[in-house]
Amino acid sequence: MNHRLSGNEAVAYAMKQINPDVMGAFPITPSTEIPEYFAGYVADGEVNTEYVTVESEHSSMSVCIAAQAAGARAVSATSSCGLALMYELLYVAASCRLPITLACVNRALSGPININADHSDSMGARDSGWIQIYAENNQEAYDNFLMAMPIGETPSVRLPVMTCMDGFITSHAVENIELLETDVVRKFIGEYHPEHYLLKKENPLAVGPYDVSPYYMEHKMLQAEAMKAAKARILEVAAEFEKISGRSYGLFEEYRMEDAELALVLIGSTAGTAKAAVDKLRDDGVKAGLIKVRVFRPFPGEELARALAGTKAIAVMDKSEGFSAAGGPLFAETRSALYDLNQRPYMVNIVYGLGGRDVKVEDIEKVFDRLADIAVTGETGPVYSHMGQRSKEETA
Amino acid sequence: MIYAKDINENTPWQDLTPGGEIYEPGTARAFNTGSWRTDTPVFHEEACKHCMLCVPFCPDSAIPVKDGKRLDFDYMHCKGCGICEEVCPFPAITMLTGGAAK
Repeated sequence: MNHRLSGNEAVAYAMKQINPDVMGAFPITPSTEIPEYFAGYVADGEVNTEYVTVESEHSSMSVCIAAQAAGARAVSATSSCGLALMYELLYVAASCRLPITLACVNRALSGPININADHSDSMGARDSGWIQIYAENNQEAYDNFLMAMPIGETPSVRLPVMTCMDGFITSHAVENIELLETDVVRKFIGEYHPEHYLLKKENPLAVGPYDVSPYYMEHKMLQAEAMKAAKARILEVAAEFEKISGRSYGLFEEYRMEDAELALVLIGSTAGTAKAAVDKLRDDGVKAGLIKVRVFRPFPGEELARALAGTKAIAVMDKSEGFSAAGGPLFAETRSALYDLNQRPYMVNIVYGLGGRDVKVEDIEKVFDRLADIAVTGETGPVYSHMGQRSKEETA
Repeated sequence: MIYAKDINENTPWQDLTPGGEIYEPGTARAFNTGSWRTDTPVFHEEACKHCMLCVPFCPDSAIPVKDGKRLDFDYMHCKGCGICEEVCPFPAITMLTGGAAK
């Protein structure tokens, strides 16, 4: 089915096709349209979902936790400060091993208050124990949401999944999109049959009991192992998804990386812009390439190291600050992943696009110009820098 | 299925339940929370009329009842809060300072 949908509409439509048992619904820009569209499906009787309107995101995630623990499939959507208000519950969901699915429409965190796209919200939750999968465009936002449940609900994984897309750029832009038939989706997702759940009367269950120190570390170990196991499962589900959709997904996408000497590593909608820049440079004979990280949790460190091993210079572009004073989160983890290479490429970090600051093809070309200089001279200049801000100094 | 009785502080992580889930009811019975006790109630059976006021007031389940009569304290679960002594209309319960082992 070919359609034209916004990213929010696409995710709401994916939810409708899945027909989850419960939705914890609370609006926040730019994710508001997801519960809004979904409320329409509920009102029109197109889904059987228990649509729970709550007074905050703390409560919408609490609803999801309770529902999922009871044995239901629960979903929610949020952005920015909404995700921040869920923060405590994100950890509860993950540590109780409840495979809730959350659509995060990425938006800058206050303050100063801003409603536009960057990744500071989901990057702030990167260590909460949720699987994080990022979309470049509407099609990926739809596809990623459909793949979330088969990944998270697998017994060896049992982790909540956050599918992320860039606020407004992806959530509100209308694009051509290919939708699967609902019966195909239902078959792909399957029924949710957890082994243990609160409503299983023959088998009483306690969820989230207090953990004294002689047990806590062991439970965290189990959680860490589950996150490791998720990597293989994500690839398995992607392979199954390819069979029904014809669309292929990995932990990250390698764009013209075969013989690339200069490479970018980034997340989300900027990949589209970067691909245009790569194509332009390739036409000029520059061996430019791009890695678009799709799965940030679990972090594909070893795979990234292999994919980047042959390059000379890399710019990791972070669409969130992080305030480590040493670079953004994607940079820190990518650089760490490449530490074990015998011959390490030069690597710099560029923080860009905060609070919806636009990034153009020419901006990306400038980054590649800088990488070309670094590859020739061996001089990186400042390893941690920002792009796109007005300055009295020249910036790249 | 992993049962609570098979789990203790020597159990390796591989044999614990995901999220610390517990798959059966009443497992608090097996857990010695009486070791936290700050003060210790003493039961004087001769002064007790078995009015049963103390039993529902106990915030834990540290006062066992059998055949309509309360028995001595379950010190494995008593925290020594002293509520039973407060509500007892008779001199049947007195408190000793400290979590004396019993």
